[in-house]
Amino acid sequence: MSALSIKNLKKVYQGGLEALRGIDLEVEKGDFFALLGPNGAGKSTTIGIISSLVTKSSGKVEILGIDIDDNHSLAKKKLGVVGQEVNFNQFEKVGDIIRNQAGYYGLSFREARENTMYYMKKLDIWDKRNEQARKLSGGMKRRIMVAKALVNKPELLILDEPTAGVDIELRRSLWDFLTEINNSGTSIILTTHYLEEAERLCRNIAIIDNGEIVENTSMQELLTRLEVETFVFDLQEDISNLPKIENYELRIENPKKISVTIQKGQGLNEIFSLLSNSGIKIASMRNETGRLEELFLGLVESTIKEENHGPH
Amino acid sequence: MDPIEQIRALATILRKEIHRFMRIWMQTLIPPAIMIMLYFVIFGEIIGSRIGKMGEFDYMQFMVPGLIMMSVISNSYSNVVSSFFGQKFARSVEELLITPLPNYIILVGWVLGGVARGLMVGAIVTVVSLFFSELTVANWPLAIFVVFLTSVLFSLGGFLNALFAESFDDISIIPTFVLQPLIYLGGVFYSITLLGEPFRTISLANPILYMVNSFRHAILGASDLASLGISLNVAIGMILFFIALFSSISLWLLNTGKGIRS
Repeated sequence: MSALSIKNLKKVYQGGLEALRGIDLEVEKGDFFALLGPNGAGKSTTIGIISSLVTKSSGKVEILGIDIDDNHSLAKKKLGVVGQEVNFNQFEKVGDIIRNQAGYYGLSFREARENTMYYMKKLDIWDKRNEQARKLSGGMKRRIMVAKALVNKPELLILDEPTAGVDIELRRSLWDFLTEINNSGTSIILTTHYLEEAERLCRNIAIIDNGEIVENTSMQELLTRLEVETFVFDLQEDISNLPKIENYELRIENPKKISVTIQKGQGLNEIFSLLSNSGIKIASMRNETGRLEELFLGLVESTIKEENHGPH
Repeated sequence: MDPIEQIRALATILRKEIHRFMRIWMQTLIPPAIMIMLYFVIFGEIIGSRIGKMGEFDYMQFMVPGLIMMSVISNSYSNVVSSFFGQKFARSVEELLITPLPNYIILVGWVLGGVARGLMVGAIVTVVSLFFSELTVANWPLAIFVVFLTSVLFSLGGFLNALFAESFDDISIIPTFVLQPLIYLGGVFYSITLLGEPFRTISLANPILYMVNSFRHAILGASDLASLGISLNVAIGMILFFIALFSSISLWLLNTGKGIRS
């Protein structure tokens, strides 16, 4: 059974903006799924429709086999959503915000209290339970959003850019936490602008652009399509000249940094041995950009150009 | 959601709403008490003593039911309109929209929140009035029934206002330019029988007139209703009609997503 099934979903906003042009999407139960796309591609509209914040123009959405039009209530019971913006009353106490959310799902007082305590402790905000939310940092507010989305123990969790603007420490702790709940059986759909995040966490991926799904495959399969990859070598000592290596394009970025672009199928062994033979000592090596980022940019290049320069 | 879950969700909304207006009691509960005290001092003690009797009652006695209703109406309305629009503005209404809650539970929850504040303020104003006037209630059940229905109706009015509102200006326009004039011209401070034509006939179109006089009838045992040839049942029927109308419109708007969904 799919955790999420979307068929021919369309959304035209008042004023004529066509945000979704009939998308189809299947997310398997238990999956950790990335939904990526540039700004305005249709990600948030899709999530908005699934969570009832946006009314669809046409199409069909099923959450764990339940049609949101036929059995809206049951479908929503299985869903938890972490929105892009802080969407709780910041004048309330943190504990009340999360316990109230449990109450809206009809949980008993005891169950609401237990779930609230469990997720607040898991997300390390239990100490803040009696503080007004507005007094907390952005990262803490993000944790409240996640705890709120989980308090009804959803089978499908959707996170719309959950780590936007949070520090690396929190981002990494959230990654670990999300991996843990995914391993315990919760299906997760993630949208993010940090492609490293998607590459690290997600097994399957869809890329949406201009209201259409332009790619929908496994992360592994997508990464094998990479035609070229650029690696950067940090050097132990300064250099001024590079040895010529046939079939490889080597560049000096600065006296302590060189880069090389390799084609699909080419290995790095030859480069390592030639650099070593030339007395060049390598301190460390990394991808110039994330692998997924390179593919993503290729797939949505036209939209990103338009975003940067405006429509022509 | 099964009925038990719906009741739990409703209780959560109501508890949250009561907690909200109790948290800011200096803004929500104290000002009506002070305002009413000023009305009693100025209109009751200073000016009222020169007016003399209003029908068979002292002017102060005549004013008490009207002032209680005025407080209930304005507080029920303002509680719902400010709370629901505040949630829309801060996007915290999304907390509810993503849950399995049926729309009618959202509506009933907010209306009951408005009723809770309306009745609490009504009780405070009643206590304040005891310092200025003797208060004997002719018909307790009727008084409670009328004040409850009126509070429900104006909570629904506040909810509708909040659904349509797109800015903070929009939530003050209706109370300032519609509600306040209707309250002041609804027989709170005077008997409609004192008005000449055409103002007397025009006043009959003011729904607040029927609520104030129904409540006055329950408190004093007499009101303008009899002299206008309108039975109490008709007056209450009108309140019920408007409750049904406002509820239907609110639910329809919630179901279509007006003001809350894109």
